[in-house]
Amino acid sequence: MIGQFSWDWAFAFSIMPDLFSGLKLTVIATLFGSMIAVVFGLVLCIVRVARLPVLSMIADLFIQLVRGTPFLIQLFFLFYIAPQWGLSFSAFATGICALGIYYSAYAAEVYRAGLDDVPTGQWEAALTLGLPLPRVWLGIILPQAIFAVLPVMGNMVITMFKETALLSTITIMELLAQGKSIGSIQFRYIEPLTLVGVLYFTVSYTAAKTIRKLESRHAA
Amino acid sequence: MGDPNTLWDFLPYLAAGIPVTLSITFVAMAFAIPVAFLLALGRMSDQAALRWAAGFVIELFRGSSAIVQLFWVFYVLPFMGIDLPALVAAVFVLSVNSGAFLSEVVRAGLVAVPVGQYEASLTLGFSKPYRFFRIILPQALPLMIPPFGNALVTMLKFTALVSLVTIQDLAYRASLVGGVLGESGLVFGIVIVVYFSISLVLGGGARLLERVVNRRAGRIATADNQHRIPDWALGLNR
Repeated sequence: MIGQFSWDWAFAFSIMPDLFSGLKLTVIATLFGSMIAVVFGLVLCIVRVARLPVLSMIADLFIQLVRGTPFLIQLFFLFYIAPQWGLSFSAFATGICALGIYYSAYAAEVYRAGLDDVPTGQWEAALTLGLPLPRVWLGIILPQAIFAVLPVMGNMVITMFKETALLSTITIMELLAQGKSIGSIQFRYIEPLTLVGVLYFTVSYTAAKTIRKLESRHAA
Repeated sequence: MGDPNTLWDFLPYLAAGIPVTLSITFVAMAFAIPVAFLLALGRMSDQAALRWAAGFVIELFRGSSAIVQLFWVFYVLPFMGIDLPALVAAVFVLSVNSGAFLSEVVRAGLVAVPVGQYEASLTLGFSKPYRFFRIILPQALPLMIPPFGNALVTMLKFTALVSLVTIQDLAYRASLVGGVLGESGLVFGIVIVVYFSISLVLGGGARLLERVVNRRAGRIATADNQHRIPDWALGLNR
């Protein structure tokens, strides 16, 4: 058994193109997923804090529901229910939507933390100046709130990047699925799965370090 | 009665996944907390080798996907002659992964204890275990309880991953039953509600614990400031 454990560099290099094509899908899914999350999250956050009669309650329940259940289950639910509702998305589009929805609930919480952090003086100043509401929100409050949470959003995107591995369960040939498929065909899991781990690690570690550096540069 | 393959017939099988999911959640959490302490103490150690080793484990487990780690333990380790049962592999990955994240919570809690407490306990000549368990930890623990409580709900969601390595938890049974019935959407819809109910209960328990700890520690819970947005800014009271 021990004898089977040997790292084969030639094999490792031969599977790199497949792994990189998987990584490409992973990155694309992360990009589109985070775009949905960032936009829809802001909408959710605003609706929730706006104290609208029914809508605010729905937004609150939605955020809690999404945050209280496993992403994997939501993904399967969407994957199986979307066709029943007559929505014939590709698996990839369903995966991106699931990612976007799941993380929009997180983004909404992040935005709220940003809103809570806007100093009271900013509200008072805006009121005193008698600015119209759109300018209060778009010109004063939201820019500060959003700027304050940029690093957290960055980290959320990194978390999403790692979570995209779950899209492999709905037939999307992203990084992990490529690794697993190579492993099951060649019956050698050591190189593919280790390289998959290394690729996830390299991308997310580099991104996290970059965010930290940018954060400390702008902290002044 | 005629057709045996209705959702009703499978409900007991599905429901039997709830205790599986719950036990994995609690067992993994019970391991994750000691792991978090070991990693945090390792990171804060005055021996460079220990600091480096703990930092390596933390970054390794935080930097890559949990599911990749799980598959690696499940598929690659057997090639190295380490053939763990699926359940052991799953609990191992869940607890070390969240232990790596929680080590930051432990570290923050320990750092928050005033330096004077460390100095005073040192000056009084207490032994190292006494200093840690009787002086520092009781002061640091109340700060760690709320994040630990939240981590329990995260762990619950996390356990759905183990269904991918053949463990018959709630998620696994949902896939199976949904497939057999050809009603996957419905079954996963039901299971979403079940997970949500469990996480509401666990979350409620965590908040209760937090309140108890705050009272015992003599701290007043931080005011909920989510309504700081003035009414006028929302176009109300006009």
